[in-house]
Amino acid sequence: MTNPKDDHWLVRPASIRLLWLIFIAILLLTVGVQFLTGTDGHFGIDGWYAFGAVYGFLSCLIMVLAAKGLGFVLKRPDDYYDKDAGDD
Amino acid sequence: MIEGLPPALILFAGALLIGLTRSHLRTAVILVAPLLTLWAVWQVPDGTVATLPFLSYELTPIVGSSLRRLFATVFALMAFTGGLFAFRQARWQELAAASAYAGGAIGCSFAGDLVTLFVYWEIMALFSTLVVLCGGTPGARRAGFRYAVMHLLGGVILMVGIVGVIMQTGTLAVQPLRAVDFATWMVLIGLLVNAAAPPVSAWLADSYPEASPTGSVFLSAFTTKTAVLALILLFPGEPVLIGVGLYMVMYGIIYALLENNVRRILAYSIVNQVGFMVCAIGIGTEMALNGAAAHAFAHIIYKALLLMSAGTVVYRTGKTLCTDVGGLFRTMPLTAACGIVGALAISGFPLTSGFTTKTMISEAAAMEHLGLVYMLLAAASAGVFLHAGIKFPWFVFFQKDSGLRPKDAPWNMGLAMAIFAALCILLGVYPQPLYDLLPYPVTYVPYKGAKVVYYLQLLLFSGLAFFLLLPLMRRTLTISLDWDWLWRVVLARAGAAGYGALGALRTWLEARLRGLRGLLHPPTRSLLAPKDDDDVAESARDGLLARDWAIGAAALWIAVLFIGYMAVYLL
Repeated sequence: MTNPKDDHWLVRPASIRLLWLIFIAILLLTVGVQFLTGTDGHFGIDGWYAFGAVYGFLSCLIMVLAAKGLGFVLKRPDDYYDKDAGDD
Repeated sequence: MIEGLPPALILFAGALLIGLTRSHLRTAVILVAPLLTLWAVWQVPDGTVATLPFLSYELTPIVGSSLRRLFATVFALMAFTGGLFAFRQARWQELAAASAYAGGAIGCSFAGDLVTLFVYWEIMALFSTLVVLCGGTPGARRAGFRYAVMHLLGGVILMVGIVGVIMQTGTLAVQPLRAVDFATWMVLIGLLVNAAAPPVSAWLADSYPEASPTGSVFLSAFTTKTAVLALILLFPGEPVLIGVGLYMVMYGIIYALLENNVRRILAYSIVNQVGFMVCAIGIGTEMALNGAAAHAFAHIIYKALLLMSAGTVVYRTGKTLCTDVGGLFRTMPLTAACGIVGALAISGFPLTSGFTTKTMISEAAAMEHLGLVYMLLAAASAGVFLHAGIKFPWFVFFQKDSGLRPKDAPWNMGLAMAIFAALCILLGVYPQPLYDLLPYPVTYVPYKGAKVVYYLQLLLFSGLAFFLLLPLMRRTLTISLDWDWLWRVVLARAGAAGYGALGALRTWLEARLRGLRGLLHPPTRSLLAPKDDDDVAESARDGLLARDWAIGAAALWIAVLFIGYMAVYLL
């Protein structure tokens, strides 16, 4: 794997850059296309322009941070319960 | 079909035959029994088909309705495709247990009375435990034991509730209830144990990943979805279910984000998905119940597909942790592609079955003006994409190159995955056949321009969040504590401490008694107590009141006492 050209097309740095560009283009497209389709809100706020984009991003941010924070309290080494299990 | 013969019996007979046959004949049984069952399911007409006298009541083991046939259909479909996936790799014991387990689920689907429901419910508990145990490792054995204890406990709670409800209402019929008193609460709690509701959600993520690569596919389908069906039948519109469902939805996401074991990530996301259904049952309108049923149907297919994909990876590599795999798309393209289809479907991506079913639930919440519920479900949809939609395929098939170059799936596993992947897309593109099977008429239109754009934004921007936040999601060699810590650690330690204290008390008492004996009159001492203070076994033979009694003698005395009691009572 020394030469990146030998590896699969998908994992070469140039392809990854290209995939990011395509992804960003699609993201912009989904926001832009709302000019044509209009919005579909039930509660006012979710009918705002680009609400789905902002809400999707923010709720994921909050969930990842919440998981990270809870992880400090809840995470244990993965042999935590096996220590006491004995040798059955 | 012979009139009044339960479709479940075909799978029970299949389970028996799997044990009795060999090679090709066994394969034929594994594949044909579910198809025969599917046919039998569709022969069940609406209404009560058969009755059976029981005590002073009448059992109705087979009651047909569109809802019941819908669940039985997907259970039979699952038994077939799961059998196809597993028949060359799994042990015959697991295949037989899985067949009986599926039979239990189909029996529950058609159970018209609470007693029949309970019997099939316990059959499922029994055979699903066997499927867990077929994992064959010490870890599977311990997890299987914990699984059995939890389900037996749930069964006892359910039985207490059922007896109470029968006493109060005088009828065995499965009909809508409200959780208003002790008995109905017990029924609700008993059902919720099987739905992996809090605080016992942990049984699911504890046991399913310990099963064999094929066993966890079967496990993902039946227990929780039978509970969903029972909740639809018994507690539609029960408000407490909305809160329970939302907890499950968020719990599944957070724990899946923290998890490193590939199949445990998917197990947590089962709790998350069942949370959507439980929440919909709590909303309880026709549209919400349609949504819960449709989502259960779609969920069984894409979740089994995901676990098949993960199971194939475990089968081929022997690795179960995200930290040990990665980059597998190079040599397992089919498994990766099917995993991605399942991941998109569970996320509710447009053109997959998740979109055409899950959005019904959100729409139902919106129609009831449940703003908070609607918003939380939308956030959860984004979270599903995060933890299952991208995290699962990314860490298993892409991310860093683990250097592993396993072969792709064996033909039968690949074919089973292809069938379910095709169904995920078919139901996403053309959901009408599924809508036609739902219990209430469907007026819902899934594809409207503005809504599709809204969901695409929601999902794709959570994808963006995933890749930007990747540094925060580094995999660690950890597990996460859950409520089960209370009984696996606190209760276990309290028990050990109590046992130790009792032992100390006994030693102390024995020392005191030995001291007291010295004060007794000698003949009394020989009657009661040991001649030799150091040898208690000797004393047991010699002291009249201290010696062991033969069990036969004890039984005789109990019989005499019992006859005496009866005589006094009857006179």
